[in-house]
Amino acid sequence: MGYTPEMKELIKRVEATRPERVEKARRGEHFPALTLEERAVVLEKFHPDYQKEGRVALRVGPDKGLVVPQEIARVLESKSMLKHDKVDLSKPDFDYDVLIVGAGGAGSSAALMASQEGLNVLMVTKLRHGDANTMMAEGGIQGATQECDSPFYHYMDTIGGGHFTNQPDLVAALAHDAPLSIAWLESLGMMFNKLPDGRLDVRHFGGSSRKRMHSAGDMTGAEIMRVLRDEVRNRRERITVMEFTPAVEILLDEEGKCGGAILYNMETREFFICRARAVVIATGGNGRLHIKGFATTNHYGATMDGVVMCYRAGVGTTCMPSTQYHPTGVAYPEQNVGLLITEKVRGLGAHVLNIDGEQFCFPLEPRDVESAELIKEATEKKKAVITPTGRFGLWLDSPMIDLLHGEGTVRRELPAKFIQFDRHGIDISKEPMLVYPTLHYQNGGTAINADCETVVPGLFSAGECTGGLHGENRLMGNSLQDVITFGRRAGVSVARYLAKGVVVKKLTLDHVRKFEEELAQAGVENPIVAPILLPDYSTEEVTSRRLAEAVQEAE
Amino acid sequence: MSQHDCDCATVQQVATGDRAILPKGAKTIPIYVMGKRYEVPETLTIMKAMEYAGFKFLRGAGCRGGICGACPTVYRKEGDYKLHFGLACQTVVEPNMYLAQIPFYPANRASYDIEAIEPVAESVHALYPELFRCVACNNCTKACPMGVQVLDYISAIKQGDIARAAHLSFDCIQCGLCASRCMGELPQYHIAQLVRRIYGKYIQPKAEHLRKRVQEIESGKYDAMLENLQKMDKAQLEKLYKEREREPDMAPLGTWMPKDTQYL
Repeated sequence: MGYTPEMKELIKRVEATRPERVEKARRGEHFPALTLEERAVVLEKFHPDYQKEGRVALRVGPDKGLVVPQEIARVLESKSMLKHDKVDLSKPDFDYDVLIVGAGGAGSSAALMASQEGLNVLMVTKLRHGDANTMMAEGGIQGATQECDSPFYHYMDTIGGGHFTNQPDLVAALAHDAPLSIAWLESLGMMFNKLPDGRLDVRHFGGSSRKRMHSAGDMTGAEIMRVLRDEVRNRRERITVMEFTPAVEILLDEEGKCGGAILYNMETREFFICRARAVVIATGGNGRLHIKGFATTNHYGATMDGVVMCYRAGVGTTCMPSTQYHPTGVAYPEQNVGLLITEKVRGLGAHVLNIDGEQFCFPLEPRDVESAELIKEATEKKKAVITPTGRFGLWLDSPMIDLLHGEGTVRRELPAKFIQFDRHGIDISKEPMLVYPTLHYQNGGTAINADCETVVPGLFSAGECTGGLHGENRLMGNSLQDVITFGRRAGVSVARYLAKGVVVKKLTLDHVRKFEEELAQAGVENPIVAPILLPDYSTEEVTSRRLAEAVQEAE
Repeated sequence: MSQHDCDCATVQQVATGDRAILPKGAKTIPIYVMGKRYEVPETLTIMKAMEYAGFKFLRGAGCRGGICGACPTVYRKEGDYKLHFGLACQTVVEPNMYLAQIPFYPANRASYDIEAIEPVAESVHALYPELFRCVACNNCTKACPMGVQVLDYISAIKQGDIARAAHLSFDCIQCGLCASRCMGELPQYHIAQLVRRIYGKYIQPKAEHLRKRVQEIESGKYDAMLENLQKMDKAQLEKLYKEREREPDMAPLGTWMPKDTQYL
């Protein structure tokens, strides 16, 4: 366990350059950051988003012609789990004011706000309540709460970090609501890191002009998620949660409004027709599609289900071709590969170093730029460490943190990360970590406006499954703020929409019929069935023994 | 999944995505999943080893990163009377381990109104009178895969120290292994959640600057500014973006102010 003797030799090079680097950091001297022009060059050459191979134009649907990664095209150009003409929609099994699909941070926030407005809520999820990327967000949540900061600077940092490709109304909504969201979480009893006088502790992050990153240890997302989940559980009279029961198709009514969804109990393989006067899609990201074969930081269910269902119902996407690679995924030990090492490690002062222990980039560039710089150092400069399983790794010099901020800082500020590495015999307060970019976030997604409305009346969406807020690059801490701000907005928006007196007419799957006809006309051969719900990690050997061609269906 | 071929022409990367692989030189070892023997590569986690063997999880897999509590696992090693506890996504397989996942364990949860609750230990005692059935056997702490001092926080709650219990329980991932082992049948992790929320809402000092900022936002102070920003073209935004001053890293919070204060 721990590092191999060869790796330990290499660590000596990191240790050799450390004293001088620490001295410089104490004097406030940085490795110079790139200019906007230099950023463009490194992105163009080294960021996977900017490369042509592995990308195809969509052949069907509202975004026909849009060039996206082939893994995304595969799930968007898919057929339904059900034959649209064989399902009886005339006798719904459930009837709710609002159906929320997805029970992460956005879904739970929407449920709380909708219930506050007196609506009856059904929240469904394919895994457990809280099994979501929200739970895994370690670093923090942004919000301009300090005196030297304001929503203006939150807006500027966000849109600049997104290379000015962001949808402005969404950025404005985020910057405006962020302090309100933080106050809401505080009022729900979330344990933020605070100074003794109650001041919220905040830090810098990649691309920030102000210290704006609020946190709760290094498990900010987990703390948010468990508080929201606990509050949802206190409101059983208004909110029903159904686990292991995803939605697999959105239902429209004959007027074209959204009128519910078909639910699927994954344990009993039963389907249910749920009629709802409004639907909120909050199904999260797509890391488990493993674009370009990259490992991912995402949770088990991140398979883009909501975007797929919305697409079939006629809702297009914003910024869909863009994926965020987190610059610091674990590269070693193999058991942890792909897992996130929070940006907070760099926020606390740890340098990123090559095999010779040299700095080669400013550690707090926006994430896409930082990722591209790491890929460049590994592939062009050939200065990466190669792990025993043949992966690239660059050093993240975590022992600097205790040297800069005092003994015990790593254990106090990064407890979960400390435990995670300690299990594999690595003390990250004494030894650096090996990192490489990993698939982290679905930047694009379903197109919405600042009230979380899609083009289909009654169909709302919030959180990672939506696109536009982050443009083509998301800053740290804006994803947790995204799920809270837009989850809350979705809940309020739904109430406003329903207050107009919405009546669902005859339910239909005609949009599915049309979509599948379009697939056939476009010559899409053997479309897969989607949403895919869960990834399959069985080996080829096991798959071949399942004798898919030979097996006869039992019924 | 296609071969990983994007930007690594010089190195053959052996793994794509999350599919389990045989690291170079790895041999296989036998493990027993609910009593049934499978040969899996050593060095994998229990979760990846089971997937390698052909299991597809519905229950028992969540974040796969040790923070969601979906995959608590109990195991014994051959010839060893001791029960061991771990998360399947974090625990490395060992030869001849006998394991069972416990993805869910029933535990009593008391409903309450966070707005109305009296922020004192007696409120917690009233909602969870079973607290006093604790016999201090420490099985809860032994079972915790996060190394949380469960018995210590339960004792702190009994003694009325909410702040201490909130901090001691902070790393809890609510997997339920503590409750599964409890002689007094306590739902420790639910009690801890209640205690942390009481602490966060009522005992931790409030952020005064946040209260002011909320008032400013609700009074509409930033509405015109944000409206304006939305209308700017890229050139204008780029200019403003480049002109931002950066708050100095080492400046204590609440002490630094930018030269340009028109946007505050």
